[in-house]
Amino acid sequence: MGYKPVFFATASGHIGGQPLKHPSTHVEYLGVSKTYDGEQWIVEELELTVQRGEFLTLLGPSGSGKTTCLMMLAGFEAPTRGDIRIAGKSVQGIPADKRGIGVVFQNYALFPHMTVGGNLAFPLEVRGMAESERRARVDKALALVRMSGFEGRLPRALSGGQQQRVAIARALVFEPELVLMDEPLGALDRRLREELQFEIRRIHRELGVTIVYVTHDQQEAMVMSDRVAVFSHGRIEQIASPEVLYEEPARSFVARFIGENNLIKGEVSEVKGGVCTVQVEGGAMTATHLGDLSRGDQTLVAVRPERIQLRPDPGTYANEFTATVEDVTFLGDHLRMRFNLFGQADFIAKLPNIVGHGAVLPDDEVRLGWAALDCRALNFVDI
Amino acid sequence: MPRARLISLALVLPLLAFVGVTFVAPLASLLSKSAYETRVHDVIPETMSVLDTWDGHGLPPEAAFATIAKELPSARADRTLLRLSGAANRLRPGMRIFIAATAQRVPRAEFAGTWRETLAGIDEGWADPQTWRVIKQAATKFSLRHYLQALDLEQRPDGSIGARPEQERVYMPLLWRTLVVSFFVTLLCFVIGYPIAMLIADSPPRRRNLLLLLVLVPFWTSLLVRTTAWIVLLQRQGVINDVLVSFGLLGDDTRLEMIYNMTGTFVAMTHVLLPFMVLPLYSVMRSIPENQLRASASLGASPMQGFVRVYFPQTLPGVGAGALLVFILSIGYYITPALVGGSSGQLISNMIAYHVQTSLNWGLAAALSSILLAAIIVLYLAFNRLVGIDRMRLG
Repeated sequence: MGYKPVFFATASGHIGGQPLKHPSTHVEYLGVSKTYDGEQWIVEELELTVQRGEFLTLLGPSGSGKTTCLMMLAGFEAPTRGDIRIAGKSVQGIPADKRGIGVVFQNYALFPHMTVGGNLAFPLEVRGMAESERRARVDKALALVRMSGFEGRLPRALSGGQQQRVAIARALVFEPELVLMDEPLGALDRRLREELQFEIRRIHRELGVTIVYVTHDQQEAMVMSDRVAVFSHGRIEQIASPEVLYEEPARSFVARFIGENNLIKGEVSEVKGGVCTVQVEGGAMTATHLGDLSRGDQTLVAVRPERIQLRPDPGTYANEFTATVEDVTFLGDHLRMRFNLFGQADFIAKLPNIVGHGAVLPDDEVRLGWAALDCRALNFVDI
Repeated sequence: MPRARLISLALVLPLLAFVGVTFVAPLASLLSKSAYETRVHDVIPETMSVLDTWDGHGLPPEAAFATIAKELPSARADRTLLRLSGAANRLRPGMRIFIAATAQRVPRAEFAGTWRETLAGIDEGWADPQTWRVIKQAATKFSLRHYLQALDLEQRPDGSIGARPEQERVYMPLLWRTLVVSFFVTLLCFVIGYPIAMLIADSPPRRRNLLLLLVLVPFWTSLLVRTTAWIVLLQRQGVINDVLVSFGLLGDDTRLEMIYNMTGTFVAMTHVLLPFMVLPLYSVMRSIPENQLRASASLGASPMQGFVRVYFPQTLPGVGAGALLVFILSIGYYITPALVGGSSGQLISNMIAYHVQTSLNWGLAAALSSILLAAIIVLYLAFNRLVGIDRMRLG
């Protein structure tokens, strides 16, 4: 995967990512801040734009403000400062029930005293829709989530996965243009989660609605989203497509949070175009960078474990070092090896399970190599 | 039986014994007293065994006259005669003196060939079959007469059962009043308790504990103290009247009568029983996830629609539990109406207490209690049918 110039957005307001065919703004957060006690800011100066029809995921560890961000959009919380606009109109002061946004909650929040059919008909009844049309809409929504025939069941008679399908259908049945999902798959086991990820993607494609999705599972974010906004401490660290987040993390937090990375501290000694030389503890490394590094800057060099070659032909790669094998873990399709490099015993490589790799034993001295393009010097932010 | 089972049985045995002695046995004895009583029968056991074969038409056989002539004087000597004469007198006024006089005169009477002639010689009443019917009815071991009385019914001389004359009906109007009072106390508790429970359930933890304490402290205070406090507040020269008079809202001569009547019973009972409504409601409300109302709002329901269609239905098990508790407790309420009810605010339990303590008509008290118990069981079953006891949530 090569370097390609892309835009990225940080909390300072650069908006980018992969543009849609006919982009039109659906949701805007304008300088939104939220605090409950006047001291601790849950969300700080948030700038975020969601395009119509986009699948945007808010990703971050718990307590990073992503759910609060979603709840302010849904109308359950009010921003302390700033404004949120939907389709260009401020929603300040508009209660949740007047916003017409579909919300899927983590614990389903189905009404336990109503049948599946009753749950789905509820948003239509409160809108005063006629019985015959309600029925047609409910049938359609249930078919969409492949739950036809379950109208008469009570929620407690359904499995977790089925309940979440019903909850999704309920959030869609009144045909909102914007649907919010707050960790909807958090309570499900892995297999069901993957199945429903696929389903939600399919529904998104079929209906073309805008979805804002909250999760702390980076893999889920990668699988599902058009763009991902990575949250940390109430701020967006980076917002970009999954590929860009993975290949070109703008900050060390993103490099750490998305996938696995070997991070090595160093100082920039030379900058030449998109490539720089970084002095690290055991020598010099050649790395790509995103353009705002200059000589003398502190940096973190990030190397993905799967980009590392074992015993390359000498001179193949810009970066070649000798390391000591600490341990080898057999994982079937690949081997996970831990090396001691520059005196640090936490350098990880993922190597395909091919002839020769299996013969590596702890305490062996081996040569490792990786390309300058597979090695990225980050703006150093110590977290 | 395995050792472990024996040990666990031994552990629960004290409790079982306690429940048996203090609850099951008294209840069983009470229930049996309402229909089965040997107290009167044992005054004239031999006469009663002769009367067992008598069909009630015409006069009983000579043997009955012979045995009663023997048993009445000995009962007089044993001082048990009053049991029989009192019971008979309740059925037919005048019987007390009639029996007492006979018992006194039989030993000195001259034997006239047959005991029938002899007794008829003492009092002509002995030649009347109705006298014998009353004696048999009064002394019979098993009878539903207490139930008839408790239901304001009577057995007419011809054996048919019918309602008592209007002015003699006491118990059914009182039972009806008890049910009506209980219903309105329950309703008041619900109307007052529901918002309180909701407020507590929705409060942040610290305020929640404080509010719960405010509900529980009166709950932990002696019933007597709480009721007495209401007397202080509500009486003619009490706090509320004084305040209203001092503000000029009432004249000194138009002070409100808020106690020793139905108002007093209502106010005090509602206050005393309120925690029984609030606590089950609170516990159910706490178990409703916050996102239920959020979900309802996100689906376009106004706060009112959300409450009516989503929140309230989910609190119904708590409403049921609270209402059942309050209703059952009010049906049997005794101390509070006795203290603040005056004469117009008395309930059926006060009547039961009267028959147990003052009139000593335990059979009637037992019959009234049984009817009350039956009413509660019916209510419980109805509740189980409608809501399901297993869905009921107590605090």
